[in-house]
Amino acid sequence: MSTAIETHNLTVSYHRKPVLWDIDFELPEGQLIGIIGPNGSGKTTLLKSIMGLIPPAGGYVKIFDQPLDEVRSRISYVPQRESVDWDFPVSVRDVVLMGRYRPGRLLRRLSAEDHAIAMESLRKTGMEEFAGRQISQLSGGQQQRVFIARALAQQADLYLMDEPFAGVDAASEQAILQLLADMKSEGKTVVMVHHDLQTVRQYFNWIVLLNTRLIACGPVESVLTEDNLRKAYGGQLTILSNVAHLAQQRDFPMREQAKKQKP
Amino acid sequence: MSAFWSDPNVQMVVLGVMLLGAGAGVTGVFTFVRKRALVGDAIAHSVLPGVCLAFLISGQKHPLWLLIGAVATGWLSLLTMDYITRNSKIKADAAIGVVLSVFFGLGILLLTAIQASGSGHQAGLDKFLFGKAASLTRQDVLVFGAAAGLILSVSALFFRAFSTMSFDREFAMSAGLPVKTLEFILATITVLAVATGIQAVGVVLMAALLITPAAAARFWTNNLVKMTLLAAIFGMVSGLFGAWISYQAPAMPTGPWIVILLTLIALFSVLAAPERGILARWQLQRNNAHKMLTENILKTFFQMEELHGKQLFSWEAILQKGHFREQELKKGLGQLRRRGLLAAPDVNGLWRLSSEGETESRRVVRLHRLWELYLSHKLGMAADHVHDSAEAMEHLLTPDMEKRLLEELEYPALDPHDSKIPYDHQPNGK
Repeated sequence: MSTAIETHNLTVSYHRKPVLWDIDFELPEGQLIGIIGPNGSGKTTLLKSIMGLIPPAGGYVKIFDQPLDEVRSRISYVPQRESVDWDFPVSVRDVVLMGRYRPGRLLRRLSAEDHAIAMESLRKTGMEEFAGRQISQLSGGQQQRVFIARALAQQADLYLMDEPFAGVDAASEQAILQLLADMKSEGKTVVMVHHDLQTVRQYFNWIVLLNTRLIACGPVESVLTEDNLRKAYGGQLTILSNVAHLAQQRDFPMREQAKKQKP
Repeated sequence: MSAFWSDPNVQMVVLGVMLLGAGAGVTGVFTFVRKRALVGDAIAHSVLPGVCLAFLISGQKHPLWLLIGAVATGWLSLLTMDYITRNSKIKADAAIGVVLSVFFGLGILLLTAIQASGSGHQAGLDKFLFGKAASLTRQDVLVFGAAAGLILSVSALFFRAFSTMSFDREFAMSAGLPVKTLEFILATITVLAVATGIQAVGVVLMAALLITPAAAARFWTNNLVKMTLLAAIFGMVSGLFGAWISYQAPAMPTGPWIVILLTLIALFSVLAAPERGILARWQLQRNNAHKMLTENILKTFFQMEELHGKQLFSWEAILQKGHFREQELKKGLGQLRRRGLLAAPDVNGLWRLSSEGETESRRVVRLHRLWELYLSHKLGMAADHVHDSAEAMEHLLTPDMEKRLLEELEYPALDPHDSKIPYDHQPNGK
């Protein structure tokens, strides 16, 4: 099995407050991978720093064994649904077509192929009939499916999704689950922040268990042990969070030298 | 009036002012959808010291110098706001306020100094406060027209990129789009639009020329392209109006008149736009009230027939059973008559439903009882708590929802109060 994502000593701060400490893992290709952990454990931050949206305070990320910028066109990111204004004056089709803009082709007109790919992505998420709909008229689950369709339109190999099941109706949940199964069978890798422990075994076959530091990473059965869950959910490490607080107050860097480690 | 349209000099000015209005309207759309209206205001106030400095340094009023000065301090204000929010505990709103007042204060200071110095050119500079379209020279129009042309073509060229970035910045970054560069370009044309627009409306009211067209256009469409075109048109129309006022009454400040027209356009949009407008909302609520009233009357007929058997009913009986107000019932009966749901009253003034009316009354009662049953069975609510919700839901539920309720409840015969649920055709075996 080759590696989709490798993080090495990844340390990330948010406004000087360290939220991830020395995260070190390798994620295999072709799996449905869940990032699990309590609130404030740094799940979203991990996803964003893999995607290069938050610069690491230390350590590095490699994707398909290369730096992010080399393989960006093979990765697709699905942000949290609440991160945008759904009253923005665009239609469902417009949003999905945004997945067809890549650097270097920004000024080019969209081709018939782009439109076909966008419609196919909408079909895969069961949102075809909503193509002309203004996005503010969608339900939460439908909004989420539009976001996923936009990601599909990018035709990537690795998908990073931030809580796509949050606040989603049963029909959308089924549609997304079916889609994930199809993606897995096509050999795609999906890494997903997820907060519902009940469904973890059912949805994923590989787990990253997180609570500001890496608790465990591996196949579901080996990670979801009582011991690991207690470590992740059994309260914060007091000293660790005190140090994080102190670093923020004193405006202290997380590495002695600010220079970034190169992969 | 006729000279206004035929004089080639005036035509120049009108063309220039309309271009300025269009440029401000178009860039304003992105300022508006990115929720940065106040930033636009701060930039507008911050170009004043630039204009004054350019005049002091160059010693002349050449429009190109003034434009360069305006763009320079406009940009500086943007960078300052950005720097303050990133490197201090001051939040964005306070940073905007600080930058706006400091830069504008500086501008007024310089303007006063220039006027006090008694230099021959000073008279022209104060027009930057409130704008004065008619005083535009041929040279002005060439420079500002070119700037407006640049703004419009850059907006057209980068339109998709700007909209992708404005909707979801993080996604745009994740896709590898050059978001920082795009933001730089967008900020530059916005500053440019402001720096040229102050010719028409002046520094103080520039934010209105930037934001009002977009805000008004938003009411008419859910499509960003159409919204941008509309904003451009609103900007141009008000620019034209301002130029005309300037021509007719040279003593009048142009800017306030442009802004008044823009405000009227915006007010009209708020009132009259379909769907989003206040009148459309009122109409919707009126329709809802009508629907509730007529359906309640239908329901009353059904309930009376349930009690007394099929017969004709007097006005008083309906009034009493349904707890209607007289005025209301009169209106409702009239509407039911017009829709053919109510038969004409007999010689004694007694009423009965037509057969379509009976079907409709069964539907309303069926929805009411289905909803009660749904609440008590699926949500476990007590039977005496479900009536009030059903009173409202019976008017809202669509045929599609009715079908799903029927399937989920398996075509029930009785509601939680053991009243019969009326069907048009009794479902088989139930």
